[in-house]
Amino acid sequence: MTSSEAKAARQPRVGLFATCLVDLFRPSVGFASVKLLQDAGCEVHVPVAQTCCGQPAYNTGDRADTREIAEQVIEAFEGFDFIVAPSGSCASMLKKHYPGLFAGDAAWEERATAFSDKCHELISFLTDVMMVRDTGAALEAKITYHDSCSGLRELGIKEQPRKLLGNVSGVEVREMTDSDVCCGFGGTFCVKYSDISNAIVTKKVGNIDTSGADMLLAGDLGCLMNMAGKLKRQGSDVEVRHVAEVLAGMTSQPPIAGSGK
Amino acid sequence: MELTANKFKANASKALVDAQLQKALGNVEKGFIGKRQKAADALPEFEALRDNARDIKNHVLAHLDLYLEEYERKVLAAGGHVHWAETAEDARRIVLEICKKAGARTVTKGKSMITEEIALNDHLSANGIEPVETDLGEYIIQLRGEHPSHIIAPAVHLNKEQVEGDFRRVHTHLPEGRDLSEPVSLLSEAREVLRQRYFAADVGITGANFLIAETGTSVIVTNEGNGDLTQTLGKVHVVVASIEKIVPTLEDTSQILRVLARSATGQDMSVYTTFSTGPKREDDPDGPDEYHVVLLDNGRSAMLGTEYQDMLRCIRCGACMNHCPVYHAVGGHAYGSVYPGPMGAVLTPSLNGIDETGQLPNASTFCGRCESVCPMRIPLPKMMRHWREREFERNLTPAVARYGLKAWAFFAKRPKLYRFGVSFAMPLLSLLGGTSRRFHSLPLAGGWTRHRDLPAPEGRTFLQAWAQREALKQETEQ
Repeated sequence: MTSSEAKAARQPRVGLFATCLVDLFRPSVGFASVKLLQDAGCEVHVPVAQTCCGQPAYNTGDRADTREIAEQVIEAFEGFDFIVAPSGSCASMLKKHYPGLFAGDAAWEERATAFSDKCHELISFLTDVMMVRDTGAALEAKITYHDSCSGLRELGIKEQPRKLLGNVSGVEVREMTDSDVCCGFGGTFCVKYSDISNAIVTKKVGNIDTSGADMLLAGDLGCLMNMAGKLKRQGSDVEVRHVAEVLAGMTSQPPIAGSGK
Repeated sequence: MELTANKFKANASKALVDAQLQKALGNVEKGFIGKRQKAADALPEFEALRDNARDIKNHVLAHLDLYLEEYERKVLAAGGHVHWAETAEDARRIVLEICKKAGARTVTKGKSMITEEIALNDHLSANGIEPVETDLGEYIIQLRGEHPSHIIAPAVHLNKEQVEGDFRRVHTHLPEGRDLSEPVSLLSEAREVLRQRYFAADVGITGANFLIAETGTSVIVTNEGNGDLTQTLGKVHVVVASIEKIVPTLEDTSQILRVLARSATGQDMSVYTTFSTGPKREDDPDGPDEYHVVLLDNGRSAMLGTEYQDMLRCIRCGACMNHCPVYHAVGGHAYGSVYPGPMGAVLTPSLNGIDETGQLPNASTFCGRCESVCPMRIPLPKMMRHWREREFERNLTPAVARYGLKAWAFFAKRPKLYRFGVSFAMPLLSLLGGTSRRFHSLPLAGGWTRHRDLPAPEGRTFLQAWAQREALKQETEQ
């Protein structure tokens, strides 16, 4: 056994569930996630048989399609030591909601529970499982952090990103008012109830503005695209990025919003 | 009230551009949230009390028949009467009969959502009996011919200038030059007017926050004392309450009381917590000659044993709507039902059927803030999702959403086909995004782009880019 093989043997094998939005809209977040996981000592795999976690179907009440998608995800990922997603919402779907889809089907329920136990949201996985304290990144920025709802309330993610951001040299965190209040995205809600969603995100963007930050971060691309879309529409130059990009020191890609264009 | 739950979207759009309403709604966010948080933080056992409260109600719901019978026995033993009402119509008829028998011309009312649910005021008025709301908020909306927009703050949708206008319009016997610029002057004027009504009323009708099986007691919590005057000054006191208000013992009641006011208004306790057991006894200095309880089912027993049973733990504190971003945006009337906000979005379909109310459980971002503050730990988002499932099963989901979802699911369930499709679509969409890297409008994405830009995708999908990177790495390693 060579020394690199010995090292690999000790490394936890992580399946990266990129999430559909990261996969389609912002691959940079995927690469930032890979870097953070590898730096933390993980062996990262990206199974190709991944599409979406099934939330659009789940939250529309379509249990049959949700279950089929869940089976597909479990089959593709259950062989890994951990399954990690750069999104509180999708990670919570895998971790908290999958087992319930199989209620009454003992074999699948057990399989889903074993799978769910290994699922984590990226940032909390780094801090709570891999015990990362400092990602070694540096960035001169006044940032404000939005707590996305599912991550916050279903997975208890609040301090973890702040701890890591606190150790990014040059970063100053400026908390916005009501950082823990919904941005109005809510998956299909934002198109089904477009006017209400707009009222909610308008409030959120107001709080981002008054925080005095020049960069908005969050851990969920859906929320980020919603807030970025509103900031852009309003002509704001607040830069919007996924927190993983900053923690990985990968901010060369143009932001989701901002930089004045 | 007329159910307009399925006009929620249209109601909401109107509410969003109603400047008066939007101004008033600011008070919900400012008034309730911080106070609840402070009260919860000040009590180290608050979370444990929430667990206890949940467990007490779960126990009651598992043995509801036994506790209801025990409660009835105790009410009868105390000299009261118990009336079982299966439907809203039954309850209206029973209350009217009691009022007629008492020869009532006017009745005073304590604040009660259950009498809103059975539309009691309209029924009494139609039968020549005048109902007088005595809670300040209820009194105001009665003057305006409106319904409560919030379960504990019925007039929260109004500003004080609007109330001043109503008082001047209705209280024409008072001097024109009086000062009504402050809430306190509005309150004292309402008190003065209402004081006369208490003495004139023949019957007092209240709801109940709890019905205690151990003692046959009904409990109301108020901040104005109007409920006490309503139930002690009339010759007859009628309690209208739904069957899930039962708690086993006084001790259980005090446990739940400790989370109720804290969750509702941030008070340790509301100003008045009043226990009523039967009519006036010989040695009592005051109290009604007759004490009636109308126990309303109206669909609740059908919720037992279903995935909606947990909703019957609700103690009507209003914390869910106080913390709901959707409620903050549109207010309570937009829901078009007796019960607004997250608790209404779950309960209304149970009471009125999902066909007529499907909009409500859909109008949620599932942010979960309601569940996080519910003193009874009711999983509100989960139950809203269950309602969406019932809709989907019965093809009630709007066609566009249904077919859109089905088309998406077709691809999401076929990773290879999905990969093939998105490997062309995303780079193309990225190109279309141009140098501004965003879309101001996009076909089929109007719901999104009406109010915000759509950030353009970067180009290749992550899985495409990853596969290329891995292939390159293997090449260089070889």
